[in-house]
Amino acid sequence: MTGTTDGLGRLPSAFHQPGVNSFADFLSMHAPEMLPGRRDLGHSSGHPPLEVPHGTTIVAVTFDGGVVMAGDRRATMGNIIAQRDIEKVFQADEHSCVGIAGTAGIAIELVRLFQVELEHYEKLQGTTLSLEGKANRLSMMIRGNLPMAMQGLAVVPLFAGYDLLVPDPSKAGRIFSFDVTGGRYEEHSFHAVGSGSMFARGALKKFFRDDFRQDDAVRACVEALYDAADDDSATGGPDLTRRIFPVVVVCTVDGFRRIADATLGEVVQSVVDARMTRPGGPAAPLN
Amino acid sequence: MSAPFYVSPEQLMKDRADYARKGIARGRSNVVMQYADGILFVAENPSKALHKISEVYDRIAFAAVGRYNEFENLRVAGVRLADLTGYTYDRRDVTGRTIANAYAQTLGAIFSGAGEKPYEVEIVVAEVGDTADGDTIYRLTYDGSVADEHDFVAMGGQADHITGLLRDRYQAGATLAAALHIAVGALAQPPDGEPRELGAEQLEVAVLDRTRVRRAFRRLVGAQLDAVLANGAVSE
Repeated sequence: MTGTTDGLGRLPSAFHQPGVNSFADFLSMHAPEMLPGRRDLGHSSGHPPLEVPHGTTIVAVTFDGGVVMAGDRRATMGNIIAQRDIEKVFQADEHSCVGIAGTAGIAIELVRLFQVELEHYEKLQGTTLSLEGKANRLSMMIRGNLPMAMQGLAVVPLFAGYDLLVPDPSKAGRIFSFDVTGGRYEEHSFHAVGSGSMFARGALKKFFRDDFRQDDAVRACVEALYDAADDDSATGGPDLTRRIFPVVVVCTVDGFRRIADATLGEVVQSVVDARMTRPGGPAAPLN
Repeated sequence: MSAPFYVSPEQLMKDRADYARKGIARGRSNVVMQYADGILFVAENPSKALHKISEVYDRIAFAAVGRYNEFENLRVAGVRLADLTGYTYDRRDVTGRTIANAYAQTLGAIFSGAGEKPYEVEIVVAEVGDTADGDTIYRLTYDGSVADEHDFVAMGGQADHITGLLRDRYQAGATLAAALHIAVGALAQPPDGEPRELGAEQLEVAVLDRTRVRRAFRRLVGAQLDAVLANGAVSE
């Protein structure tokens, strides 16, 4: 960190700069080396990609009154399981959450910066950003990471939250996805990112109903993650022997909440029990 | 061209202090007070948007009197310093002392620097602990001096008068409603004459509540504030 005083013992001028409400903008003035994506990686072209942990599958499903996000617990490094209980879904602020897939180290740093960014704005301005405002801010941060993404260190988050400005609670749960260039796309009903996302998305396409309640959305997320783990070696399934379950969080008008392991354990057990008789999961009616 | 008049350093500092003190004395007052579950902040402030009390970090808050643009500038710097420290190290490594020290250095440098006018502000940086013994309240004045206060602090135009009232009325371990009642009563009592009527619309009230998880700062507004005010009046 650059020193926090100038020669006379005062805070440096960047601290007193008016009109800057963004913590990331403040960092770029005062301590740019602390921003993710500002590091000089040197001439690494021609080298094989770095062997670092990667996060895998994140899913999100809306319901009447909010949105649920869930992530599996596996981080992989090539063919190695780097960590079996990593957490990849985080609270962003009081009414939103963010899940990450891609290079775990950079993604977690990005999430930390994003959390500080939202709280910083809230404290300086006395009001929270709109949900779109938050999504745009995240998209700018991912864009800053583009040089790293070009070298194989990509981060692909999924952002979701309860939009307090939407009067109809059944439409207030919203999901945003991103690409490595910072492109921001609003997703409807459900979405998944990461290596197992094709399988999870396929499952959610069959499970999703417009009249989902919160419990249905939680169940659909756990089922979808099971399907992702079933077909993608990098996604971890629920680990009943070690009691390691997916991280499942909910954003409603009352704010952010993580589903407790005790509650989730029952859902996971029931999903696994059902798969004993039907490994492919619940049958979707054909007509 | 004539030679500049000689002004003794004592006179120069005295003039600057008088200037700052006069500016502060023109404004309304704030009270910061410990209560059973944390620290209470009360400001006489009819504005709903221009705050005199703000959150700095998880367990730390800021209260100020004097010129708005000057203390707002310091508030923003404090939030930046807190967020930068927390981002560099860990959230638990941000302390009220860090913030108070930075303010003291900055105010001191501005006060003694010849190029700038002194800031006409007085500031409290308070940090709520796990118990009342762990609470810290720092009071900073325009010249950068810091005092570690206990129980209560009054600042602003009527600071000395209100401090005198609170010395008699303060109760350690009071409930939120009782503490608010004491603070508002002291703010409403002019040095001479009848107490004024201070309603919710003239007050800015916030607490650092130690029972809250992570972010302890909470504003009391609207119906919630009315209820606490009514509660305190009844329990008297």
